Amino acid sequence: MTMPGMSEAEVTHAQQAPTDVEPERPSAPPPRRAAPHGERQHVRVSGLSDETVGDIHCDNPFMVARNVNVHYGENHAIQDVSLDIGKEQVIALIGPSGCGKSTFLRCLNRMNDSIESARVTGSISLDGQDIYSRDLDPVALRARVGMVFQKPNPFPKSIYDNVAYGPRIHGLAADRAELDDIVHTSLERAGLLQEVKDRLDEPGTGLSGGQQQRLCIARTIAVNPEVILMDEPCSALDPIATARIEDLMDELSRDYAIVIVTHSMQQAARVSRRVAYFHLGRLVEVDDTDRIFTNPQHKLTEDYITGRIG
Amino acid sequence: MSSADDPSAHSATRRKVEAGLARRRLRERLFKGFGLAATAVGILFLCVFVYTLVAQGASAFRQTELQLDVHFDRDVLAPDGELDLEYADFDAIPRDALRAMFPDVTSRGDRRELNRLISIAAGFQIRDMLVDDPSLLGETRTVRVPAAANVDMLVKGHIDRALDEALRPVSDRQVQWIEALQANGRIEQHFNTALFTNGDSREPELAGIRGALMGSLYMLLVTVVLAFPIGVAAAIYLEEFAPRSRWSDLIEVNINNLAAVPSIVFGLLGLAVFINWMALPRSAPLVGGLVLSLLTLPVIIIASRAAIQSVPPSIREAALGLGASRMQVVFHHVLPLALPGMLTGTIIGMSRALGESAPLLMIGMVAFIVDVPGGFTDPATALPVQIYLWADSPERAFAERTSAAILVLLGFLLVMNLAAVIIRKRMERKW
Repeated sequence: MTMPGMSEAEVTHAQQAPTDVEPERPSAPPPRRAAPHGERQHVRVSGLSDETVGDIHCDNPFMVARNVNVHYGENHAIQDVSLDIGKEQVIALIGPSGCGKSTFLRCLNRMNDSIESARVTGSISLDGQDIYSRDLDPVALRARVGMVFQKPNPFPKSIYDNVAYGPRIHGLAADRAELDDIVHTSLERAGLLQEVKDRLDEPGTGLSGGQQQRLCIARTIAVNPEVILMDEPCSALDPIATARIEDLMDELSRDYAIVIVTHSMQQAARVSRRVAYFHLGRLVEVDDTDRIFTNPQHKLTEDYITGRIG
Repeated sequence: MSSADDPSAHSATRRKVEAGLARRRLRERLFKGFGLAATAVGILFLCVFVYTLVAQGASAFRQTELQLDVHFDRDVLAPDGELDLEYADFDAIPRDALRAMFPDVTSRGDRRELNRLISIAAGFQIRDMLVDDPSLLGETRTVRVPAAANVDMLVKGHIDRALDEALRPVSDRQVQWIEALQANGRIEQHFNTALFTNGDSREPELAGIRGALMGSLYMLLVTVVLAFPIGVAAAIYLEEFAPRSRWSDLIEVNINNLAAVPSIVFGLLGLAVFINWMALPRSAPLVGGLVLSLLTLPVIIIASRAAIQSVPPSIREAALGLGASRMQVVFHHVLPLALPGMLTGTIIGMSRALGESAPLLMIGMVAFIVDVPGGFTDPATALPVQIYLWADSPERAFAERTSAAILVLLGFLLVMNLAAVIIRKRMERKW
């Protein structure tokens, strides 16, 4: 019975948030680039000491999150997180376990909806459209914001059916030939086609871990999403499979906005253009990858990347 | 740190580990032995159970028959020149044939005793033969007719010939006649088809389980058609769609409790609701099936919920992440993976329903019903009730039929479970 009240609160947030942020944006970026760090990068989120250091904005924002709070029952998992996610770039979310980076990722395609105790407030917009608005169907959202999970989770169906599942439920292919085409292209782009083209009717669960994860990526891009969320996609893979997935991300970032949660700082450094450091539910620091790893501004960020936390 | 570097500490650790090793092994052996003993006891009891049933029931699958040279006497059957199928004295035909073999039996009492060797089924058999082939009238044929139950029991050795005449249902003279017939090769044992083609009867040699078997079959059909879809739908709703609230907790507790409610209570409910209030026919497989559905629903719901819960959440997330709706997630992914488990639960529920007799007593399915039911609303009994009825009958011949009926019930169960295993094997998928 608390549901209607809650979503109303979301709607009002959603209406207010863009007006708070949008007007200053067109003129803001150039001076920000020029200004010294200490002055410009402090975007006051809650108005108190918990400020995000660095630059939450980016040049070409595609998803815009403002003042996002997530509660799991009594537990305040995410506190006032604001972050821009740019087009055609990879942003890595790093931080110690339990810091809320996965929770934030799951807000971006409303996967938290399936957790009953989860309550999300604040606003997240995709290409200017509030994704928590009541007239947006999460089903349509997830077709635009795909997700790759930590553990490879192919369906217990054939390789072909795994990739064809998304296009089938969304009715993306008019006929069998078109579906074949989508499946082949997706497998090709996921770098898996050469290995599986002769056994598309074999179960996807029979592949190796790395192949399964690439199958999951192929399955995701078969729907042709605009954003791909990756939740520690390499944590269950060996270094060689990891390297392949990282290459793949690099290639995919030309067409998609990619958000990756990772525990490996080397991976974040290799694949991402921007890095967001989370700590205990707060977004501590966001900046270009080079700057985060060479010159972190916040003490917590520095402690984490030098190995003193986590 | 220091203790790990110290070699004497290492050896102390090793000593302690080795000292405990013997005790650990002993415990392991004891536990294994205990498990083995438990399994052995279980198997032993199963063997004893099946052995007694087979030992007592196997002979029921054979029926003693008399070979008679039957003369379809025109004077007896059609004294007025016309054969009247309603009133003709068909019973006299096999009797005359038997009496012809014992010309010295003349007195009325003796003749009666002799007649009792033949089952009353013989007269019906003669009638059926004439209906099939009217040209038999006036002819003579060698015909096998069923012997009376007491002859059957004596031949099978279930009646002790050494017993005093007053204590056994077969008289000394009858024993002599039977021995004479056996010496002439006139008594044979053949497969007891009546057991599988007849309904219940007061005469053991005529009683069959077909009525009960069909009654059980109709009932189980009603049960599976109602309980499986309703149970699975309820489980899916409760697991996948229902919001967690005090209500859903209450429903869950109630379903779990219903699974443990004594079955006779369901029978009373069926009597009150289906027969008294909805005015459905008494003794009908339809009502039996409805009651058994209520009985098996909790079992199916609990098993189906467990099966749904065992589907890995990663599969659900993968489908949701691709933009599948909740219903698509359920029907494309969860249900196919949970179905084998749901089927297992259904089979357990159906097996219980098949063996249930108490609720059927309440809705009138304990009645003595001779006709084989031809539909869902015909009066019928069920296998377990038939077993109860026969076990309650005083005739010695019903004792072996009781065991035979139990064997048939077990066979029914075996076929059902086998079918379930095969279906499950076909559907099972790995992930």
